[in-house]
Amino acid sequence: MRRPINAAFLILLLVISGTSNATLDSFDFSGVVSEQRFRDLIGEVRCLVCQNESLLASRAELAQDLRQEVYDMMAQGKPDDEIISFLVDRYGNFVLYRPPVIPSTFILWFGPFVILLLSAIVLYRIISRRSRALDTQLNEKDRKNVVKLLDD
Amino acid sequence: MTPELGNFALILALCMALVQASFPMAGAFLGRPTWMALGRTTAWGQFTFISIAFACLVYAFVTSDFSVTYVAQNSNTLLPIIYKVSAVWGGHEGSLLLWVLMLTGWGLAVSLFSRNLPREVLAWVLSVQGMVSIGFILFMLLTSNPFDRLFPIPAEGRDLNPLLQDPGLAIHPPMLYMGYVGFSVAFSFAVAALIGGRLDSAWARWSRPWTTIAWVFLSIGITMGSWWAYNELGWGGWWFWDPVENASFMPWLMGTALMHSLAVSEKRGAFKSWTVLLAISAFSLSLLGAFLVRSGVLTSVHAFAVDPARGIYLLVFLGIAVGGSLALYAWRASSVVGGGNFDLVSRETFLLGNNLVLVGITALVLLGTLYPLIYEAMGWGKISVGFPWFNRMFVAFMPLLVILMGIGAVTKWKHHDRRQLLRRLVSPLVLSAILGLLFALPIHPRASVFVGLGVFIAAWLLLSLIASIRTRWQNKRGFREVLRDLIGQGRSFYGMIVAHLGVAVAIIGVTFVSGYGLETDVRMAPGEHHELGGYSFQFEGITKKLGPNYQADRGQIRVRRAGAEVAVLYPEKRSYFAQGDAMTEAAIDVGVTRDLYVSLGEPLGGGAWSVRLYYKPFVRWIWLGGLLMALGGIVAVTDKRYRIRIGRKTASRAVVANTGLVSQKASVEHL
Repeated sequence: MRRPINAAFLILLLVISGTSNATLDSFDFSGVVSEQRFRDLIGEVRCLVCQNESLLASRAELAQDLRQEVYDMMAQGKPDDEIISFLVDRYGNFVLYRPPVIPSTFILWFGPFVILLLSAIVLYRIISRRSRALDTQLNEKDRKNVVKLLDD
Repeated sequence: MTPELGNFALILALCMALVQASFPMAGAFLGRPTWMALGRTTAWGQFTFISIAFACLVYAFVTSDFSVTYVAQNSNTLLPIIYKVSAVWGGHEGSLLLWVLMLTGWGLAVSLFSRNLPREVLAWVLSVQGMVSIGFILFMLLTSNPFDRLFPIPAEGRDLNPLLQDPGLAIHPPMLYMGYVGFSVAFSFAVAALIGGRLDSAWARWSRPWTTIAWVFLSIGITMGSWWAYNELGWGGWWFWDPVENASFMPWLMGTALMHSLAVSEKRGAFKSWTVLLAISAFSLSLLGAFLVRSGVLTSVHAFAVDPARGIYLLVFLGIAVGGSLALYAWRASSVVGGGNFDLVSRETFLLGNNLVLVGITALVLLGTLYPLIYEAMGWGKISVGFPWFNRMFVAFMPLLVILMGIGAVTKWKHHDRRQLLRRLVSPLVLSAILGLLFALPIHPRASVFVGLGVFIAAWLLLSLIASIRTRWQNKRGFREVLRDLIGQGRSFYGMIVAHLGVAVAIIGVTFVSGYGLETDVRMAPGEHHELGGYSFQFEGITKKLGPNYQADRGQIRVRRAGAEVAVLYPEKRSYFAQGDAMTEAAIDVGVTRDLYVSLGEPLGGGAWSVRLYYKPFVRWIWLGGLLMALGGIVAVTDKRYRIRIGRKTASRAVVANTGLVSQKASVEHL
C-alpha cells in the first residue's frame, strides 16, 4: 500500500497502484500443468504485498511473478509439496493459508476437537445430574401415589 | 460553528451517561424512586445529544466542510450526495459516532418499552447501559473525535474509498452495528440480574425479545456484508474468513446460542447461569470485534487507520467490561438455583448440546482468528490461519450442529419417549441419507463426498422440520385451528421453523457453490468467446464511460446458452478522479439456480482484455438463507407472549412471584 488506509470495512486491496499487466490468462494450460491444480495450489498461498488476499485473487505485480514461478515449477514436473516447501523456505509459514501440522500448531489443529470432547463430557455430566434429579422427583411422586393407593 | 456544537453535544451526552450510570443504581439500592426515575430522563438526554452530534457531522459532510479533518479525509465535492451522507460512517471516527448513536437508541428503547419492568430492574439495566455508553463516548472524545479541525483547510477532500461508494455501504455497517450494540441490552439485563440477584424466568422473558432483535440485525448485517463483498470486490467470493469477518461472526454465533438458551430459561427455568454467561460473552465478543477492527493488531482486508492509543484504550475497556462482569458472575452466579430437571431424551438435552457445539464453534473461530497473534507472541514466527483451516473445521463441526438441530425440533420438553422419537426420525434420516448418497456416489456425474454431506444435512434438517410441523398440526382440529395457530399463538414456533429453514437453504447454497462452482481467467479479444458451465461468453469490446466522479472502461459480454441469448453483461473497470484508484465493477446475471459473474482484469493490448468468468450455482441461496433466519427472528419476536406482558405490570409481577408455576404452564402451552 502506498497510502495509509483510511476507510472502513471490506477493503480489498485492489487499490494498489502498481498492478501488473497480466493475470492468470497469460498461462498456458494445454500442456502438463492443469488449470485446476494450479488454481488450487495458488489459491491457498497468501499474497505477500496485500493485506489478506490469495495469490489467485491478487492483482499485484509481485503476485504475478510468484505465480509465474509456481507455474514454471509445475511445468518442470515438480510435485505440489515440493513447490510448497520451496515457498515456505523462501517466505516462511506465513505464506500458507493452510497452517502446517507441526508441534507449534498442534493446539490449532487438535484444540477444537479437545474442546468438543470437553463439551461432550460437560453435557453428559449435566444431563445425568438433571435426569437423576428428575428420577427422584418421579419416585417421590410415585411413592405418594402408592401411599395414596394403599390408604384407599 | 456546527462542529463545535457537535463536540459540545458529545460532552453533554457523556455527562448524561455519567448520571445514568450512577444515580439509578444508587437509587435502587437506597430505595429512592426519584433517583431511579433519572434513568429514563438521561436515556432521553443521551439519545438527544448524540443525535445532535450526528446531525452536525452529517451537516459537515453535506456542506463539504473540509476544515473538519474527518470530512477532509473521507469526502470530496464530486461525491454524489447520497455517498456524502453514507461517508459519515465510512471511516473510524464517524462509524464510532454511529455506533454510539445506536447504543443510546437501544438505551432509549429499553426505557420506553420496559414500563412493565419492576422499577429496580429497569434502574439497574439503564445504569449498566450508561456505563457502556461512558466507555464509548469517552473513547471517541479521547482518541477519535470526528469533529477535530484541520488547518490549513484543504481546498478538496481526499474522497471516500471507491469500494465504499455503493448502496451496500449505506446499509451494511448500520445493520451490523445495530446487532453488536443490541447485544449490550442482553448484557445489561444479565449484569442487572446478577447485581440484583434476580435471575428467574421473568428475566429471561424480558431479555429474550431484545436479544432476538439484536440477533436479527446482526444476521441481516452479515448477510448484507457477504452479498456486498460478492458484488463489489470482483473476485466472486462471499466469505474469506478474514479476521474482521470473524469478528462479526463470533458475536452472531454466541448470540444464536444465547437465544436458544434464553428459550430454555424462560420456558423451563433451566440453564439460567449458563444463559447469563452467554449474554456476557456475546457482548464481550462484540467489544473484542471492535478492538480487532479498530486497533489494527490483525492483518485484515478491512482496515482502519491505525493508532496505538485506540488499541490500548479499547483493550482496557474490554478488560474492565469482561473482567468486571465475569467477576460479578463468579460472585453471584453460585446463588442461582438450577431450575427444571429433564430427562436424557428431551428438548433440553438437544438444546444444551447445540449450545455447547455453538460455543465450541465460536471458540474455534476465536482460536483461528487469534492464533497468528499468539504464535508471534510466543516467538514461534509468523503464521497464517486462513480459509482452508476454517473450512475444514466447519465441515467437521457443522454436521453435528445440524443433526442436533433436527432432533431438537421434534423432541418434547422434559421427557420424550425414546421409541416414539426414533420412529419419528427414522424416515427423515433414511430419506436424507439416500439424497446425500445420490450426490456422493459415483452414480452422479460430478460425485463429491463434500456435496453429499451438505445435501444430507440440509435434507435432514428440512425433513425433520416437516416432521415437527406435522406433529404440531396433528393436535389441531381442522384448517381453521391451524390457521389460527399460524397467525396467532404459534409465532415463536413458526419463527423457529422459518429460521431453521434458512439454515437449510444456506447450507444448500454453500454446498453447491463450493462443490460445483466454476471459474476461469481468460484473454479475450473482441469477437472471441469462451465456454464455461454450459454457457458461452462472447466479448464484444470496450467502450468509454464517464461517471460523476470516475471514468470507466465498460466491457460488453454477450452470454448464450445452446445458441439462445441469456444476458448481456457490462463489467466495468473504473478509475476514480480524486485518488486515481482503479476499481473493477463486476457484472452479474442473477438467477435462482446460478449466477453468471464477469469481471474485467487488465487491458492486454490490441483491444484484448483479461476477463474473469465465474459460474456460481445456487449462490443466492446463501443470502436467502441468511434473510430467512432474520425473518424467523422477526416472526418469533412478534409472539403474543411478549406483547401481553408489555403494558401489564401486574402480569410481570406475578411472573416474578410465581416463576416456577408460570414457566411450567408456558412449557405446556407451547409444546
